[in-house]
Order: sequence, then structure tokens, then C-alpha cells
Amino acid sequence: MYQYNDFDSAFLAERNVQFRAQVERRIDGSLTEDEFKPLRLMNGLYLQLHAYMLRVAIPYGTLSANQMDKLALLAEKWDKGYGHFTTRQNIQYNWPKLNDVPDMLDALAEVNLHAIQTSGNTIRNVTADHFAGAAADEVADPRPVAELIRQWSTDHPEFQALPRKFKIAVSGALENDRAVIKAHDIGLYIVKNDAGELGYQIVVGGGLGRTPMIGKTLKEFVKQEDLLSYLEATVSVWNLLGRRDNKYKARIKITVHEHGIEEIRQRVEDRFQLIRPTFGGFDVALLKDIEAFFANPEFKSASTDGYTATYDADPLFRSWADANLAAHKNADYSIVTISLKKHGDTPGDASADQMRAMAELARQYGHDELRISHEQNVILPHVHKSDLPVIYAALREQELHTANIGLISDIIACPGMDYCALATARSIPVAQEIATRFDDLKLEHDIGHLQIKISGCINACGHHHVGHIGILGLDRAGVENYQITLGGDATNTAAVGQRVGPGFAYDEIVPAIERTVQGYLELRQDQNETFIQTFNRVGMAPFKAYIYPEAQANAA
Amino acid sequence: MARAFTPKVITANHLLEGDVIYMTDTGEWTRQMAEAVLLTDEADADVRLIEAQQQAATTVGVYLADAKADENGNPSPTHFREEFRRVGPSNYFHGKQAEA
Repeated sequence: MYQYNDFDSAFLAERNVQFRAQVERRIDGSLTEDEFKPLRLMNGLYLQLHAYMLRVAIPYGTLSANQMDKLALLAEKWDKGYGHFTTRQNIQYNWPKLNDVPDMLDALAEVNLHAIQTSGNTIRNVTADHFAGAAADEVADPRPVAELIRQWSTDHPEFQALPRKFKIAVSGALENDRAVIKAHDIGLYIVKNDAGELGYQIVVGGGLGRTPMIGKTLKEFVKQEDLLSYLEATVSVWNLLGRRDNKYKARIKITVHEHGIEEIRQRVEDRFQLIRPTFGGFDVALLKDIEAFFANPEFKSASTDGYTATYDADPLFRSWADANLAAHKNADYSIVTISLKKHGDTPGDASADQMRAMAELARQYGHDELRISHEQNVILPHVHKSDLPVIYAALREQELHTANIGLISDIIACPGMDYCALATARSIPVAQEIATRFDDLKLEHDIGHLQIKISGCINACGHHHVGHIGILGLDRAGVENYQITLGGDATNTAAVGQRVGPGFAYDEIVPAIERTVQGYLELRQDQNETFIQTFNRVGMAPFKAYIYPEAQANAA
Repeated sequence: MARAFTPKVITANHLLEGDVIYMTDTGEWTRQMAEAVLLTDEADADVRLIEAQQQAATTVGVYLADAKADENGNPSPTHFREEFRRVGPSNYFHGKQAEA
């Protein structure tokens, strides 16, 4: 893992001293709220529905065991004993007090964590494939370049007052996008050219929110040594062209849409040619240095017979292994996804005890590494198969053994109106009810791969547009109302889901989802055809008949 | 014809703790909506809002929220958002529901 140097540590310490003084000046009246608000947002501190919320960055989703322990400490000491992992690979604390936040930031800095650029009109926390460095299918580990981008973008003087927030994601697996690359302002796929050189395919102008758009390829191949100057040119062009007259049109996706990808490409090329000479090679040298921190851990050699025996003998372990393990580049190892989606629990929440337990597993069996996925789960990226039975047993003790990764109860849900000041309806209880309902029906494994994503407002933090089934909560004349979209896709074949029709009241949405899934079970060709495959084959109309049976009956 | 004025309460978040507060009839701040003053006169509401906004050492984000009198004559929410602010989140027994 990357280790911060003295400069990084001093930077965090100085920043926290500044913020402590700013908090003191707000409390003693020297600063008005209007003056203080941008300062607190620069340090990840929001004011939400019931309390402040502190959003902590987890750069490219990577954590050490000590860092996870520190997140647990914050939850226990300054919050209500839990934290909420988000679709941006951040963790949010929902109940801090203003006076305590400087202490929380100091505690984070002890393990090189912070809340910088988790808010505001700047380049946000850089996200990456949560299987980075471990996946069998990746071209290269995306974390070194994500770290390089983090260093370049942190407090970048040109990009502290952008038209709007700006999100960058990196994937090293072109064919298996696990980072929703095409729904980011800039998405990078690490690719190889015909000469076998590593470089980057640059995707620009993706994003969800009120105007969902799938990103377009800005350039098929950018050399490693040109990356930062190309990114700087791209953000710079948008900084100039971006719509500051209307916050809803200020994202780069609108700029690309209004000007066209050809004009944007030409402007970026022009800017790139101008600034390229100012990048004197230090960035390339830095990337090489960073790569050394992400070298493979020392994989052990041991028999996997114990794993095989347990797999054959224990159906519960087998069910968990089938759902929650992924192929590692070392055949004797597995990638373990720990579900934070126990049926009926809040998606993405982990208690302090659970965080400590996961940290200890990483320390003992996982080469001291954890990842946070944009799907709100936790990953142990490097686990020898012989250790899987004991890990499963430890997870059971913490109720972290739910075998549902990629299944219908592995739901992404934003905090919604239960916490968020922007929300127009709740998300969490809808997710809880769907998960509980399908657990009761014992249909989950028969249904197979199906992604439900729920947002409590049009800003789409729950990624509902790219859910196979998307749910958007809205306020309709003072009551919660939920729209369903179908056919969204978050992978390298990304697509925005289509709205089905009129929305549903709060107590109608779970039955509507149940009818949708029932329709799939009846429409699918066989058990191997997934929900999204069935939808893409038959289209909206047959599903609509299941979702609105009364309309169907009236039309008959 | 002048539009009818919907009764209001003055609400905000507390500067230090961030939790939801309401203005009482005496101009103090309370955590309980039932103890808030229900303002039925528009001019009175506007004046009290200005007074509340001047208390920046205590409050953040002061605004007028629609309300109605419940069976006891106390203010209660007319919109589900204000109901969640009054009670707390639905996934944990946290917030005001735990403090009551």
C-alpha cells in the first residue's frame, strides 16, 4: 500500500490546524455561516437532516487494517457506533458534533486518512476497481495511477473552483468494468496498445443525476507519460467552457453534449499541446515510485485441500463461497467480498465491532489490505484458499457472512431522506424491505445476478439509472413516490435504464418490484439467462404488463 | 384575493450539535416540535424569522416550515420531510425518537 511521506503528513497536519481554527472562529462568531460553510465543505463536513455528516475519503477504496481500526474508533468515540460506506468509496459518519470534528480529523491523520475534497466543486476522491491488484482479468493495477491522480488533484490550484464537482474513476480491466467507468466525468481504462505498451483509454462526460449520460471515448490511447497533462488539459477545457450560469447544467457531461465530443477533443488536444512541455517528466518518475508501493504481497504456498473439503461438506460455506468469492490472479488465492447487506440491515453500514473484525481478518489472513467497493461492500483482496473456512467462521460471528453478492439483496441504496438534506424520499427502508421480502421467499439464488439500485432523489447517489432495476424516490404532492427504471447497466456495456411508467406509493413499491421479478422468472428462457439478458431480449412491454396488471386488465 | 397563509413553525439546526431545533413562543429554542410556537400570522412569521436568523451563534439554516395544530393544539408537520426531522431516521432508533 502507498505510504505517505513527510510532506503528505505535514500537509494533513497543517490543514487540520487551519480547520480547527476555522471551527473556533465560527463558534466564537468571527465567521458567519456563509463564510464558514465553504470551509467546512472543503473538509468533508456537511450539515444534513438530523446532524452534521463527516465524509471521509478512502482513496481508490484501499485501506490497511490500522486504517480500518481508526474508522472503527471514530464510529465508537464520536458517532453512534457505526459508519456508512458509500458508492464513492467513502465512509460517512452521520452524527458528529461540530466541536468534535477537528479531533476526528486529527485521529484520521494519524493513519494518513482525511476528508479533503470529499465535497465542493473540485476533483473528488478518485475511485477504482475494488479488485485492483488482485483480479485475474486486469491488464494492470489501477491503484498507482489513481494515487498519482490523487496527488495531482489534491489542492490543485487551478481546480479548486470548478463549475461543479468532478469525479474520476480508474479500471485496469477493460472487459469487466467494476468501477462504473462510463458514469464518471472522466473514466480511465488501462489498456495496452499494439506494441504492448500500457496506456489509458479516456472516457469523458458520463454521469448520472438529473441528466444521466454514458461517457464517450475522448481518446483511445494516451501514453502513460502523457496522462496527467492530458487530464489537466481536459479539466482545464471544461473549467473554461462549463456552465456556471446553471448548476444543473454545470457538469462536463452537459459541456460535452452541448459542444459535441469532436470540438471538446480538439480543444483538449490544443490545450494538451500547449501544456505538455510543462510536465517535465517528474510525474512519470513519481508514478514509478508509486508503483513500487503496490507490488504484490508475498503470496504463500500451501495446500488448498482444506478449502475443497469444507466446500464439499458444508452447504452454507459452499453457498457463501459461490456468491462471495471471485477469481484471484493467483489460482490458490481468492478475492473475498464481505457483504454489508445482511437482509434487513442498512446497505453499507458497518458497526465499530464489525470494522475491527474485518481489520483483524485482513491483518491475519489478508496481507493487511481491505477495499471498499462502490457497491457498499468490503473486500479482502488477497486470501489464500486454505484460510477461507476460518474466515467464514469469523464472519459468521459478526453476522457478516451473508451470501448475496450480486444477488437481489445486494442493493445499492443512498442514505435518502433518513439522513440526506437533499433527498426527496427514503431509500434505506425500501432496500431493507426488498431484501427481507426476497429472503423470506427463498428465491434469491434462483433469481441469480440482479442489481437493484435505489436513489432517494434525482441526484442519483444510489446509481439507480444503471441498476438492472432502478428505483428513484421522489416527492409527489407531499408524499413519497417511487419510479422504476429497467435495463440499466453499470459495466463496460453501460446503459441508462428506461422508466417503466407511473410511480408507486411507498407501500406499493416492494410489491411492484416483486411483480417485476416474477415477470423475469416467467419470461427467462432458462436459469442461465440473467435478468438483464432477459430484459434486453424481450424489451419493456412484457415487464410492464407484470408491473401494472390493472392497466393490462383494463386494456383487455 | 390574498392567498391564505399556511401556519408555520420556525426551525433550524443547532450550530454545535447539528440537530433540529424549533423556536418557542418566548424566542427560545427547543428540540421538540410540540413545544414550538405555531405562527398563524404571516407578518408575525416574517418578523420572527428575521429575529431567528440573527441568532447565528446558536443556529444554522433557519427557515419557516409548514405546520398544523394537532389534537392538542401543538404544532405537527404537514410534510413527510418535516416528520422525519421531528422524529429521526427510520433505520435506527436514533435522533429525536431516542431522546424523547
